[in-house]
Amino acid sequence: MKWILLSVVVTATALSDLLQSHEMKRAGEQSVGARGLARLLKTIAMRRYLILSIVCLAISFFAFMALVQAEPLSFAVPASASSFILETVAAKFVLKERVGMRRGAGALLVLGGVILLAR
Amino acid sequence: MAVARKADYIVQTPALRLRTYSLLGLFVFLRPLGNLSLAWGTKHFPQVLSLNPLVYLRAMVDPFVALGIAMLILALLTRMALLSLADLSFVLPVTAIGYVLATLFGQVFLHENVHAQQWIGSVLIFLGTGLVGTTSQNTTTPAEEPG
Repeated sequence: MKWILLSVVVTATALSDLLQSHEMKRAGEQSVGARGLARLLKTIAMRRYLILSIVCLAISFFAFMALVQAEPLSFAVPASASSFILETVAAKFVLKERVGMRRGAGALLVLGGVILLAR
Repeated sequence: MAVARKADYIVQTPALRLRTYSLLGLFVFLRPLGNLSLAWGTKHFPQVLSLNPLVYLRAMVDPFVALGIAMLILALLTRMALLSLADLSFVLPVTAIGYVLATLFGQVFLHENVHAQQWIGSVLIFLGTGLVGTTSQNTTTPAEEPG
């Protein structure tokens, strides 16, 4: 069961982030000032993929809650951090971002740090 | 090559960089503060949180829980605004610095024990974040100016 929950967490997180990144770049620059927030909320309401990304985020959140209820946090946090690698690879091949040596190495250092942090 | 030069030119714009780092700073503080407020509120909540939605609704009336939820919603919106300016592969590692702040807040405010291994993890996150921070923030399309 824990592997099913973990797969749901990782897949839903990655899907949510990919959809958000794709749609937000298409929507143009956003801000979080008083007027910016109103514009951002309007943007979310008008883009179905952004709404889908929030649904994916909610699925990921509840699957994570179920995971930490059944498994120790020291397993759940580093295991779900594997979405980091999946998302970086997807950002390169799906979103066509340029992930060079420095960015790749930095992401691996951060992943190692998160795994150590969640003891 | 021309595309690379164009992309580098876009990300080096100081105003765009400033806006990106302002959103980054806001997000990096909002998320751990939101989590801290939520943790503080739920730890001091008299009832055990179960599957009963009524207990959750009662917990949400607690000022610390409500403040935590509000900060986490604002953090989500800030991250979305950030993704309109920067690559996902840039935002993911750079915002991981929030894990370090969460550890620090946990030790200072909730008196949690932080072990040597966790401090080593924090140093790795610092190094990784710094390394990614030296790369171009946007390597795909230029962000449009607000209309």
